[in-house]
Amino acid sequence: MSNVDLARWQFAMTSIYHFLFVPVTIGLSFLTALLQTAWHRSRRDEYLRLTRFFGVLLVINIAVGVVTGLVQEFQFGMDWSVYSRTVGDVFGAPLAMEGLAAFFLESTFLGIWIFGWGRLPRRVHLAAIWAVAAGSALSAAFILAANSWMQHPVGYKINPATGRPQLNDIGAVLTNPVFLWGYAHVMLASLATAAAVMLAVSAWQLRHGAHGDVFGRSARLALVVLLPTMLFAMLIGSELGVVEGRYQPMKIAAAEAQWETCQPCSFSVFQIGGGRNDETPTKVIAIPHLLSLLATNHWNGKVDGLNQVQAQYEQRYGSGDYVPNVFIQYWSMRVMAYSAVVVTLLAAWGLWLMWRKRMDTATWFLRIAVWAVVLPFLMNTAGWLLTESGRQPWIVQGVLLTRDGVSPSVSATTVGISLAVFVLLYGALAVVAVVLMSRYARRELPDARPSDDEDVSERAFTY
Amino acid sequence: MTLGQFWFIVIAVLWTGFFVLEGFDFGVGILHGPIGRDEAGRSAAVATIGPLWDGNEVWLIVAGAAMFAAFPGWYATMFSGFYLALVLLLAALIVRGVSFEYREKVVNPRWRHTWDAALTTGSLVAPFVLGVALGDILHGVPIGTNQEYSGNLLDLLQPYAIYVGLTLVLLCILHGATFLTLKTTGEVSARAARLAGRIAPITALAVLVFASWTHATAGRGFFPNVVEVAAVLAVFATTWLLAERRDGWAFAVTTFAMATSVLAIFVDLYPRVIVSTGATGTDLTVSNTAAGSYSLKVMTVVLVVLLPVVLAYQSWTYYVFRRRIGQRPAE
Repeated sequence: MSNVDLARWQFAMTSIYHFLFVPVTIGLSFLTALLQTAWHRSRRDEYLRLTRFFGVLLVINIAVGVVTGLVQEFQFGMDWSVYSRTVGDVFGAPLAMEGLAAFFLESTFLGIWIFGWGRLPRRVHLAAIWAVAAGSALSAAFILAANSWMQHPVGYKINPATGRPQLNDIGAVLTNPVFLWGYAHVMLASLATAAAVMLAVSAWQLRHGAHGDVFGRSARLALVVLLPTMLFAMLIGSELGVVEGRYQPMKIAAAEAQWETCQPCSFSVFQIGGGRNDETPTKVIAIPHLLSLLATNHWNGKVDGLNQVQAQYEQRYGSGDYVPNVFIQYWSMRVMAYSAVVVTLLAAWGLWLMWRKRMDTATWFLRIAVWAVVLPFLMNTAGWLLTESGRQPWIVQGVLLTRDGVSPSVSATTVGISLAVFVLLYGALAVVAVVLMSRYARRELPDARPSDDEDVSERAFTY
Repeated sequence: MTLGQFWFIVIAVLWTGFFVLEGFDFGVGILHGPIGRDEAGRSAAVATIGPLWDGNEVWLIVAGAAMFAAFPGWYATMFSGFYLALVLLLAALIVRGVSFEYREKVVNPRWRHTWDAALTTGSLVAPFVLGVALGDILHGVPIGTNQEYSGNLLDLLQPYAIYVGLTLVLLCILHGATFLTLKTTGEVSARAARLAGRIAPITALAVLVFASWTHATAGRGFFPNVVEVAAVLAVFATTWLLAERRDGWAFAVTTFAMATSVLAIFVDLYPRVIVSTGATGTDLTVSNTAAGSYSLKVMTVVLVVLLPVVLAYQSWTYYVFRRRIGQRPAE
C-alpha cells in the first residue's frame, strides 16, 4: 500500500473511532444536564440518582473522546502536510476557534462538575454541566464548519503568489449551507444516539435491576427525545443530501450507483453486484421518483449520472478519475437510512407502549431496546463514510486532490508503524471503555445524598 | 508589530502556558508513586490534579491549532517532520489521559497498579518528547527548499535537543513536587517537600547549563539574555525557598522558572520558527510561514475576545479547588 492509502486508512480508522464517542458525549451531556435540571427544579431524589448514574457513563466516554480528539488534530500536520500548508489559512481558523471557544469550556467545566459536588452552590454546579454541554455543541460546530469547507469551499480566494487558498470571508465559512444543514443533522443524530444509549441502559435496568421505578423515568426521557430527534435528523439529512448534491453531484450519483443521467429517478431498495467495474447491477425493488425527491426535492428532478459528471469534471479539471468508491457510497447510504428507520420505529413503539402505560413491563420491547443500541453507531459511521468517501478523490472539493495532500517526507513504513500503534492502542482502549461502560451501566443506582465528608466528595464519582 | 509577530508571541505564550500548567500535573503524574507511597497517598496526590489536568492539556491543543491557523507552514513541517516522535507523544498522552478517569473505576490492586504505571510513564514521556521537539526547532533540522522536512528520525536526536527534553522533565518534577507540597497535607506534603528540596539543586544546575547551551545554540553571543538569567535565578531561588519551607512562594517561583525556561527557547528562536540545517535560506521564519493578513485579523479578534474569558474561568477553577487535599483512609 502507498503512503496515501495508509494515511487514508489511518485517518478513517481514527476518525470513525473518535466519532463513536463524540455523539454520546454531545448527546449525553445534554441529557445529563436535563436530568440535573429536573432534580434542581423538583428536588426529587430519583433525578439526582439518575444524574449521577449517567454522569459516570458520560465521564468514561468523554475520557476516550478527548484523548482520541488530540490524535485528530495532530494528524492533519503529520500525515497531510501539503494539505495543511495549502489550506491552513482557511481550515486552521475554525480549528483554533474550536480550541479557544469550545475545548477550554468543555474540559474546564467538566472538571468543575465532576469534582464540584457538595462544594459549589447547586445553581452553579448545574450551570457547570450546561457549560459542558454548550462546549461540546460549540466544538461540533467549529469542526463541522471546517469539514464543510472541504466539501464545499467558500469564503476564500486563491493567492496568486502562492497558488494557495486564502480566507477572505469568515462569515461565508460559518454560513456555508453544507455546514448549517450538516450541523443540525449531526446534533440531532448525536442526541438520538445518546437517547438510544440511555434507553438501552434503562431497558436493561428495568428488566434486571432493583430500581425499575427510577429507570422508568430515564427510559421515558430517552424515548421522548429519541423519536423527534430521529424524525428531524432524517428530514434534515434528506435536505442535506439535496444541498450536497448541488455542490458534489458525484457523491449523490454514487450513493445510488447511478451511472447514467436519469429523470425521473428511482431508488433501489438494494442491489446485487455493482461497484467500480459493474455499471449495470441488478437493482431490486425500485421505488419510482424517490431518488428524484431525495436528491432534488422535486417529483421529477433530474440526477446527473456518474459518467456525465466525470465528463464535466475532465473538462474542468483535466483528465483523471473523479468517481468515488461507488460500493461504499451505495451501501453506506442504505446502512445509514435503514438503521435510522429501525431506530425510529423502535422509538415509536416505545412511545406507544408508554402512552398505554405498559412500557416498563414490555419484555420484548425492553429486550430489543438493549440490542438496538448498536444501530445509531452504525448509522453515524455509515453517515460519515457516505459524506467523506463521497468527497473523494478530492481532499478539498475542486481545490486539492487527496493524493496531492499527503506528507511527502513521511514514508509508507512510518505511517504503517503509527497505524499499527493506533490500532493496538485504540483496540485496548475500546475493550477497557466497553467493559467499564457496561459494568457501570449494570451497576446499582448510587445513593441520592453525596456524603458530606469532603474527602469523599473529592471523588464523588468513583465510589 | 506585524500580526505575524503578534501571533509568534501568542504561540510562545500558549506553549509556555501549557508547560506551566500541565508541567505540574506531569510532575504529579511522575511523582504520585514515590510521594504517595500507599494507596491513600497516591489517590490524594492524583486528586490534586483531578479537576485540572484536562483543562491544562487544552493549552497544547490550542497551541497546535494556533500554529495551524497562524503559521500553516510551521505546523505542517514540524508535525510531519517529527512524525514518530509525535506518535510516541500521542500514545503517552492517551494512556495518561484515560488513566486519570479509569484508575479508580474498579477496586482491584492490579487494575490500579496498571493505570498508575501508565500515568507515571505517560507523564515522563510526554514532556520529554515535547522538550526534544522544542530543542530541535532551535538547534535546526534538515529542511528542503519546498519547506518539507528532509531528515530522518535520527536527525531529531541531537544532544542539545535531548538535553532540553531532560531539563524540561526535571523542571516538571520540581514543579510537581512544589505543587504537591502546597496542595496536600501531612506525610504526603512532607515527602513532597523533601523530594523537592533534593531535586531543586540538580534542576538549578541543569537549567544553568540549559540557558547557556540554548544561548550558544542560537548563536547569540556570550552573554545570556534577560529571560535566561531570570530562569536560572528563579530555579536557584527555589532551592532556598524550599529550605525555608515557604511552600507558596516555592510554587510561584517554580512556575516562573518553568515559564522563563520555555520562553527562552522562543526568544532565541525568533524570527525563525524552525531553524534549518539545510541550504541557506531554508529556515522557516515568521514571515515565510504565516497565514494571510485577513485570517490573522479574524484570529486576533477571536483571541482578544475569548482568551480573557478562558483565563477568568480557569483561574476560578483553581480558586474553587484551592484547598489542600488530605488522605482518605483506605477502604
